[in-house]
Amino acid sequence: MVGAGAGQAAGADGALMTVPQVLSRARDTARELAWLFKGVMGENAYQAYLDHHERTHAGGLPMTEREFWRDKTDRQDANPEGRCC
Amino acid sequence: MSKKQNGSHRHADVLATDPDLPPVAVDPQQAEAEDRRWTPAKIALWVGIALLGGIAWVMLAIVRGETVNAIWFVFAAVCTYLIAYRFYSKFIERNLLKPDDRRATPAEYKADGKDYAATDRRVLYGHHFAAIAGAGPLVGPVLAAQMGYLPGTLWIIIGVIFAGAVQDYLVMFFSMRRGGRSLGQMAREELGVIGGTAALIATLTIMIIIVAILALVVVNALGESPWGVFSVSMTIPIALFMGVYLRYLRPGKVTEVSLIGFALLLLAIVGGGWISETAWGVEIFTLDRITIAWGIIIYGFIAAVLPVWLLLAPRDYLSTFMKIGTIIMLAVAIVITRPEISVPAITPYATSGTGPVVAGTLFPFLFVTIACGALSGFHALISSGTTPKMIEKERQTRFIGYGGMLMESFVAIMALVAALSIDRGIYFAMNSSAAATGGTIEGAVTFVNGLGLTGVNLTQEALSTMASNVGEESIVSRTGGAPTLAVGIAQIMQGVFGGAGMMAFWYHFAIMFEALFILTAVDAGTRVARFMLQDSIGNFVPRFRDTSWRTGAWICTAIMVAGWGAILIMGVTDPLGGINTLFPLFGIANQLLAAIALAVCMAICAKKGLFRFLWIPAVPLAFASVVTITASFLKIFSPVPAIGYWAQHTAFKNALAAGEESFGTARTVAAMEAVVRNTFIQGTLSIFFVVLSIIVIATAILATIRAYRHGGGKENEDAPVASRIFAPAGLVASPAEKELEAQWSALEPGKRPARTGH
Repeated sequence: MVGAGAGQAAGADGALMTVPQVLSRARDTARELAWLFKGVMGENAYQAYLDHHERTHAGGLPMTEREFWRDKTDRQDANPEGRCC
Repeated sequence: MSKKQNGSHRHADVLATDPDLPPVAVDPQQAEAEDRRWTPAKIALWVGIALLGGIAWVMLAIVRGETVNAIWFVFAAVCTYLIAYRFYSKFIERNLLKPDDRRATPAEYKADGKDYAATDRRVLYGHHFAAIAGAGPLVGPVLAAQMGYLPGTLWIIIGVIFAGAVQDYLVMFFSMRRGGRSLGQMAREELGVIGGTAALIATLTIMIIIVAILALVVVNALGESPWGVFSVSMTIPIALFMGVYLRYLRPGKVTEVSLIGFALLLLAIVGGGWISETAWGVEIFTLDRITIAWGIIIYGFIAAVLPVWLLLAPRDYLSTFMKIGTIIMLAVAIVITRPEISVPAITPYATSGTGPVVAGTLFPFLFVTIACGALSGFHALISSGTTPKMIEKERQTRFIGYGGMLMESFVAIMALVAALSIDRGIYFAMNSSAAATGGTIEGAVTFVNGLGLTGVNLTQEALSTMASNVGEESIVSRTGGAPTLAVGIAQIMQGVFGGAGMMAFWYHFAIMFEALFILTAVDAGTRVARFMLQDSIGNFVPRFRDTSWRTGAWICTAIMVAGWGAILIMGVTDPLGGINTLFPLFGIANQLLAAIALAVCMAICAKKGLFRFLWIPAVPLAFASVVTITASFLKIFSPVPAIGYWAQHTAFKNALAAGEESFGTARTVAAMEAVVRNTFIQGTLSIFFVVLSIIVIATAILATIRAYRHGGGKENEDAPVASRIFAPAGLVASPAEKELEAQWSALEPGKRPARTGH
C-alpha cells in the first residue's frame, strides 16, 4: 500500500523544501524502508492472504492470523524450499 | 525493430485488455522511445559511470604500485554491473526473452494468496537475494586470493555478467512461463527421459556434496575454538525460542522476533568471549573437529525431521536478518576504511599450479574455486520454483533475476577485498593445510617463509598477536575460507567500530554469520534432497511418494544425512588436508549444475526458434562445460598427485604395497589407508558427475539440433492469460510507468483488481 505511493513522494524535486516538508519526506522514506524490510522478512504474508481472500470472495471466513501462520509452516513442511550455498 | 513484438502478436486476441481498466502494460513503442531518448543528463550520467569504471579498471589492471586501494574494486564492480544491467540484460530482454506484460504471471492466474502471491518487485528482490546468497560467495574468493587479486576480480565480474546472471534470469523467466515449474521438471520436459533422469540424479548427488563441503567449512571454523562452538551452538536454543514465540505467543510478528533473536545472538557472541576465558568453559567447549562433525551430522538429521516451525523457519528469519544487515554494514565499512591491498595482481601460483591453498593452475581451477558469485548452478534451483510463483509482472524478471545475481556477485567482491586486506603471510599460514604447517606456529612460519613469496616475512609474533586479537588459541591452518574472511571482516570493522579491542567480537560475529547461513543451508538442503529421494524411490515403491509418511521420511532423511555425513567425516579426517582437496569437487559440482541449467535453457530457446540469439545461453554453457569437464578430467587423469585423485590414490597404494610406513604427509599406515580410501571416493564422484553432466549436455545439444532442423519445437509454456494488474518493471518507475501508476491509483477501489503482497 505504501509502495504504490512511492511515485508521488518523489514529485517535488528541484524546488527548495521547507522544514516540515523535509520532515514529512523523511518520515515517508522511513516508513517506506520499514515496509520494505518487513516485506523482505516475510511479515506481510498474512495481509497478502487477507487481501487475496477479500478480492476473490472465496467461500467462508479467512483463516485467523494464528491459523494462517500454522498453515504456512505446515505447507513448508510438505514443500521444502532450498537455501543456497 | 518492429520484429521484436512477433512473439506476442500470436496471442493478441487472448491478451486483449479489459476496456474498463487502464492499460496493464506500457505501450511497447512508448517504452522503446523512452529507452532510445538520450537526453544530455542521461548521456552525462552513463559517460560518468563508464569513465569511473574505466579508471577503476585501469587502477586495478594496469597501474602497478606497491599497493592498490580497495575502493577501486568497489567502483570497478559497481560501474561494470550498472552498464551490464542497463545494456546487456536489456539486450537479452529485447531479443531473447521478450517478456510481455499483457500476460498474467503465475502469481496472478494461479493466485492462492499463499505460494502464488504477486509480490512487490522490491520485496521480492530481497526475498530472492536472501535465498540465493549464502556462504558460497564468501568462501570461494578467499581461497582464490592465492592467485592474486586480478584473476578472481575479473572472473567474478565478467563471469556474472555473461554467465551467472544470465543463467538466473533465463531459468527464472522460463520457470515463470511454466507456472513455476522446477529445473528438474523442465529438464524432463525439454530433454526427455534420459536427460531428465540424469539431471535429477546429478542434482541429488551434487546437493549431497555441496552440503557436505559447507558443513566442512563450519567444522574447520569451529575446531578447537571454545568461543565459536559456544556462540554457534547457542543459535539452536535461540531459534527454538523464536519458533515457540511465533507459534504460541505472537504469531506473525516476524520482525519483532527477529530483533529479539538478533539481540540474543549478540549476547551469545559476547557470552562466548566470557566463557572462553573461564577454565570450565574452555574444557567443555573445546572440541576436536571429529566431534564437531558428528555433532553437525546428528544436528542435521534432527533438524531435518523436526517440524519447520520449530527450528528451520525461525533460523531462516534470523539468517535473512543477519545476511542483509551484515552485507550492508560491510559495504559501508569498506567504503569508509578503504583498506590498502598489497597482494600482487597475479602471483606465480596462477601458472605453476602449486599454490598451497588449492592446487591447480588458473585454468581451469580458478573458475571452479570461485563458483558462487560468478556462476552458481545451485541458483537455478531457487530461480525455478519459489521466486517465479511470486513475480507480479513478466518484465520484472530482469530486475529480480539478473539484478539479484549482480548483488550476489558484489558480495563475492567484498569477500575478496576482505581476504586481500589481511597480511599475506597470515593468509597463507591460515589457509595452508595442517599437513603442510604441522598445525604449529613454528611450523607455519617455516612453511610460509619457505614459499619464497616476495615481500612476505612472517614472524611468530604476528601470528600469536593476531590469534590473541581475535580471541583464538591459534589461527594456524584454519582452512576453509571462513576464518580468513572473519579476520578480514574483523580488521575492516574494527576500523569503523570499536578499534582493536573489538576485533575478537567482530571475528566471532563473522564466524557466526557464516555458520548461520551454512546450518540453514544444511538442513534446508537435507530436506529438499530427502523429498527428491522420496519422489525417486516412489517410482518403484509408491508408498514413498507420500511425504507425510513418517517412516519413509525418516529413512530417506537418514540416507541423505549418511551421504553427506560420510563425505564430511572423510574431509575432516583426511591426512591431506580435507577442504583443500575437496573444495574443487564443490566448485565442479556447482558449475556442472550450472551447465545443466544452461543446457535446458538453450534447448528451450531453440524450441522457440530463437537461433540468432542462441549464443546468449550457448556461450556460457560452452565455457562452463569446457571448464568443468577439463577440471574433472584433470582430477581424474592428471599424473600430478596434488591434482589428480587417482594419481594420488595409486601413489599411496604403491607405497603401501612396498611396505612403507609413512608417505608424504601421511605419517602412519592407517593415514595412508585413509588417503587410498578417500581418493577412491573423490575420484569416483568426479567420474560420476562428469558422466551425468555429459549426458545432460549431450541430450540438450541433440534437442537443439532437432529443433534447428524443424525450425523450432514443441513449446511447453502455460497458455497465455490476460493480465489485470499493472506494476513497474525496474527498481525505479519510468515516466511512462508513473503515468500508468497514476491512472491505476485513480481507479475506483471497487473496480481495481488489487495487487497483493503489500
